[in-house]
Amino acid sequence: MNFDFSDDQKQLRDQARKFLAEKCSPKAVRVVLDGKAPYDKELWKGLAEMGFLGVAFPEEFGGAGAGHLELCVIAEEMGRANAPVPFSSTVYLAAEALLIAGTDAQKKKWLPAIASGEAIGTLALFEGKGNPSPKNVKLTAANGVLNGVKKPVADGAIADFAVVAARTGSSGRDSDISLFLVDLKAGRAEVKSLTNLDPTRGQAEITFKDCKAEPLGAAGDGWSILTQVLDRAAVLCAFEQVGGSDRALEMGRDYALDRIAFGRQIGSFQAVKHMLADMYVSATLARSNSYYGAWALSTNAAELPEAAAAARISATQAFQHCAKNNIQVHGGMGFTWEFDCHMYYRRANAMALGLGSLTYWEDQLIDRMRKKNAA
Amino acid sequence: MNFDDTPQEAEFRATARAWIDANAPKQYEDELRKSSLGRTVLKNADILEVAKAWQKKKADAGWACLHWPKEYGGRGSSPIERVIWQQEEGPFGQLSRMFIIGHGMCGPTMMAFAREEHKRTYLPPLASGEKVWCQLFSEPAGGSDVAGLRTRAEKDGDDWVINGQKIWTSGAHYSDYGILLTRTDPTVPKHKGLTMFFLDMKSPGVEVRPIKQASGASDFNEVYFTNVRIPDHQRLGEVGDGWNVSLTTLMNERSAIGAAVSTGFPELFEYCSSLVLDDGPAIEDPAVRSKLANWAVKASGLKYTSMRAISALSKGERPGPENSIGKLVAGSMIQDVATYALDLQGASGVISGEDAELAGRFQAMLLRAPGTRVEGGTDEIMRNIIAERVLGLPGDIRVDKDVPFNKIPTKGRG
Ligand SMILES: Cc1cc2nc3c(=O)[nH]c(=O)nc-3n(C[C@H](O)[C@H](O)[C@H](O)COP(=O)(O)OP(=O)(O)OC[C@H]3O[C@@H](n4cnc5c(N)ncnc54)[C@H](O)[C@@H]3O)c2cc1C
Repeated sequence: MNFDFSDDQKQLRDQARKFLAEKCSPKAVRVVLDGKAPYDKELWKGLAEMGFLGVAFPEEFGGAGAGHLELCVIAEEMGRANAPVPFSSTVYLAAEALLIAGTDAQKKKWLPAIASGEAIGTLALFEGKGNPSPKNVKLTAANGVLNGVKKPVADGAIADFAVVAARTGSSGRDSDISLFLVDLKAGRAEVKSLTNLDPTRGQAEITFKDCKAEPLGAAGDGWSILTQVLDRAAVLCAFEQVGGSDRALEMGRDYALDRIAFGRQIGSFQAVKHMLADMYVSATLARSNSYYGAWALSTNAAELPEAAAAARISATQAFQHCAKNNIQVHGGMGFTWEFDCHMYYRRANAMALGLGSLTYWEDQLIDRMRKKNAA
Repeated sequence: MNFDDTPQEAEFRATARAWIDANAPKQYEDELRKSSLGRTVLKNADILEVAKAWQKKKADAGWACLHWPKEYGGRGSSPIERVIWQQEEGPFGQLSRMFIIGHGMCGPTMMAFAREEHKRTYLPPLASGEKVWCQLFSEPAGGSDVAGLRTRAEKDGDDWVINGQKIWTSGAHYSDYGILLTRTDPTVPKHKGLTMFFLDMKSPGVEVRPIKQASGASDFNEVYFTNVRIPDHQRLGEVGDGWNVSLTTLMNERSAIGAAVSTGFPELFEYCSSLVLDDGPAIEDPAVRSKLANWAVKASGLKYTSMRAISALSKGERPGPENSIGKLVAGSMIQDVATYALDLQGASGVISGEDAELAGRFQAMLLRAPGTRVEGGTDEIMRNIIAERVLGLPGDIRVDKDVPFNKIPTKGRG
């Protein structure tokens, strides 16, 4: 047993942290936050040049051929820096769907383009209220033509292509759902930006009207592919959330050391110390659960579904907990637009919903634990 | 990152499993498994005797205190082998709780500070369970504030003469030896005037009086010292350096207790999996599922946190203050889990003991849980440790820190 990242992986993490500290300062994040750009194009290009976008893709598809552990350490840094780029939608969702179910031709078309920063992808799953569930997929596909509306779609307004979940049957079973690939720049998909909790990562509504699409994976396999994609993304997002938790904790700690009230550092008050200690505790539990998820993801272990749900819940809770208490430690300053605390608060709460809500994952976790126990 | 056994680890596991299978006291397995919460009690046997017999058997075959050096009664195992052993020992590991203070705290302190001849004399029978040890730190005047203790040690020839009182000393009533923190100089600030010893609990002048706990059991004691003589060669560390020595004990205490403490989650999950509520199976109730999921990720988070610590340990890194997490999280969790299990039982949850659901295991857990949050440092002290030693926040303001101990204003307790 060895439950840690390797020295090489840690070195990659340091490299990513250094790169992001330079190219993704809070000031840079604010350009997107303030609506002056839909995402940070320079940073996106830089990430491609560093080889981070395709780090887990096989070399034949323009990737570095490293693996998911490498992607996990990069994800952590993306979360720590609150990077305003379509990383999760493109790399964890769209690319994973292609890696799992794409034909050689599909992979050849899109993966190298992602790795080089030319293509942005997304997953179009949700249709308004509700969590991931076959019955919430109403958009239809017939003869390779899609009709329906998806929202919210992460980074939908800037995406070049989307993986779309569509209804192809009416049996009431999971096999009613199939996946499709849509080139969003080829017309017939109408895209509208939506305001959202976290403007550093956009959300959109996409209306498909007689929109041509090619199948991704076999007909009727859509739900089983999606489940795998969501599990993988849950682990990767957990690392972003762990990175965000750590950063929020660090900000709170630094402020507690800096700010003087009643003639002493506020960090010397136990109420503040204990709040920060509890943040450390939740961040640590989330990190440990995420490491387990990383192991399961990288080895494609049978434990992945359970590990992914646990990582998802724990990291979601930790990021929300750390982000909100970071504002509390900062007092009134924490509630100003000028301070960076709210950027993490926004990201934490947006990320808590992106792959389905906490309640959904709690439900998944218990189902998966029951299955394991029954087996 | 790898969870699978290496070939050597797999071989170790197989050997351990075979030995346990052939030697464990199987007649108690079921009882041990079911009484894993609250307090381990055997109906028709004296738990101490059963524990001692199992420990002795392990020691004779080289399976006791695995990570201790061989010359002190251990096996010289790696941290990972120790974990594998614990996994394989399963419910029989419950029995070693009787020795947790000796093995987890007193032993490591002796190893760090005792003379070589004492280590060779005292450690093997401690490892084998033939001799039981206790930890005499807390006093009415000093629990969280350990350094506020008042038990005096005065030099008399080659001996020290001890007078004073300890309290909450777990297992003192069946202990053979103890490590004892005393005040040797009241004229200097409190942390500077302490000295540590080990002593024979059967020494003249040592009186042990059991205390009845909130749970109804009597696992801990008051211990009175009246002119007890301890030879100077039983001193651990320098005169006046007792605080430093005790820090070694307390660090080990946190990892020993932190690793051993249970969360109650597996028991609750198992219970809910078969429980039927008014509206159907508990496990299908959304509120129950949400509660379970929240505790599930805490329990798994703790498990993998300790695995990370073990991986670090096996790379030669030292266990740090981050180990305080285990007890802090598990302590209040076990209390919440017990409360919830009784809530699910509705009005009948009030019944405890043999007449209760599952022979009262959750009721017993509820009544024992408050102690878990206090022993080995309270939740608040754990948070202070994390805040100060992990996050680097300022220490609490200590008005008595630089004041000679005998000039600190006092107000008695109890
Ligand atoms: C089951 C059990 C077994 C035990 N076994 C042993 C044993 O074998 N040997 C031994 O030596 N001792 C033992 N103890 C004693 C134990 O270590 C102490 O009870 C514990 O350290 C707390 O000290 P105290 O009881 O004096 O509480 P106090 O120190 O009086 O604390 C009272 C309250 O004040 C809070 N408090 C105190 N100081 C601070 C602070 N600085 N910041 C914030 N809050 C603070 C505490 O958190 C607590 O809530 C045992 C206790 C229990 C319950």
